[in-house]
Amino acid sequence: MKKEAKHFFADKDIQIVLGVLLRVGVILSMSIVFIGGLIYLLGAGDQAVDYAVFDPAHSGYSTMVSIFKGLLSFNGKAIIQFGVLLLIFTPVARVAFSIFSFVIERDYLYVLIGLLVLSIILFSLSNKLVH
Amino acid sequence: MTVLLFTVIVLLGAFLAGLLGSLTGLGGGVIIIPLLTLVLGVDIHYAIGASIVSVIATSTGSAAAYVKEGITNIRIGMFLEVATTISAITGAVITVFINPQYIAVIFGLILLLSAFMMVRKKIAHEQPVSPGRLSNFFKLNGTYPTDRGMQPYTVHNVAGGFAMMFVAGIISGLLGIGSGALKVIAMDNIMKIPFKVSTTTSNFMMGVTAAASAVVYLHRGQIDPGIAMPVSLGVLLGATIGSKILLKTNTDKLKIVFAVVVTFLALQMIYNGLSGNI
Repeated sequence: MKKEAKHFFADKDIQIVLGVLLRVGVILSMSIVFIGGLIYLLGAGDQAVDYAVFDPAHSGYSTMVSIFKGLLSFNGKAIIQFGVLLLIFTPVARVAFSIFSFVIERDYLYVLIGLLVLSIILFSLSNKLVH
Repeated sequence: MTVLLFTVIVLLGAFLAGLLGSLTGLGGGVIIIPLLTLVLGVDIHYAIGASIVSVIATSTGSAAAYVKEGITNIRIGMFLEVATTISAITGAVITVFINPQYIAVIFGLILLLSAFMMVRKKIAHEQPVSPGRLSNFFKLNGTYPTDRGMQPYTVHNVAGGFAMMFVAGIISGLLGIGSGALKVIAMDNIMKIPFKVSTTTSNFMMGVTAAASAVVYLHRGQIDPGIAMPVSLGVLLGATIGSKILLKTNTDKLKIVFAVVVTFLALQMIYNGLSGNI
């Protein structure tokens, strides 16, 4: 009985929670991008665009610190970037969630593999890779 | 061009890219990048950054629907993600050191491959084949629901699939696309995983792989909010509507028409890359 309950929890409930988590992540982050977009267009809609040559400094919001600072001043571009950041973290949260379900299933080989994937992604968070 | 006009054009283009990408199974990224670079003159590095955001949005959005059906093999996905995340980050790091002209040519070649993969006949290989030692060790074999009940399947050539996934990850990181065509080659053709399982599992992996390289792009300033906003909103909206239409229509003819369009785009990208117009 106990084993059955565990199996049910791992296979069914987690899948449902996972589906909700993914949906909420996408809807929430895209709503934030949309709101940020409106603010950005209201402020800068009549300016000229120039994306002809890639300039790393152009976006202005390429670090988490600068995004959060921009959020405080209600900057449209920063709000968009925050939404993008949230979107990026949604699949990462899914990996974390899968590790959790492997722990429940006592599948330690996959706990290890999951942690490896998670640490690879977290490694990319250090901006040493590009600077 | 003003910001407003640019946003409206990109939004419409991204919507179409998402719609067609989901109807044909090609993905939105491979269409939006040529549109941004060839039509709007956007630098390819910006186009790549915006595209990767749309890849995360669409793959995560459809994963939410797949996850309930229990077809996705989380173990296969997680196992292969070790390869795709490492290589996607590598691809994203090296992309700026590569001449944009070469990137355009590589992009064109991948586009040609995708067009071919889209129209080729799919051969089902659901007959049980004896699993290898690696697929037993990593517990990759599984079952999936069919009309006749749970259908067991085994996974072949794990090492070969893993290596192919490494290539798929590099391309994904290099070009900012989901590289679904390469993932299908790895899972369908090399590992002999049933379509249903490979489609949903590759979708599961796409979001995670794209997230890994997206962080690198973000730090480098390749994700510009002014482009990422209309691209991600448009592609997601188009893909969502596309997946609803897909359930009711036969897309075989559309795929052939679209393969011609994609081939044209691919040749255009290659030509522009070789002649230095990009």
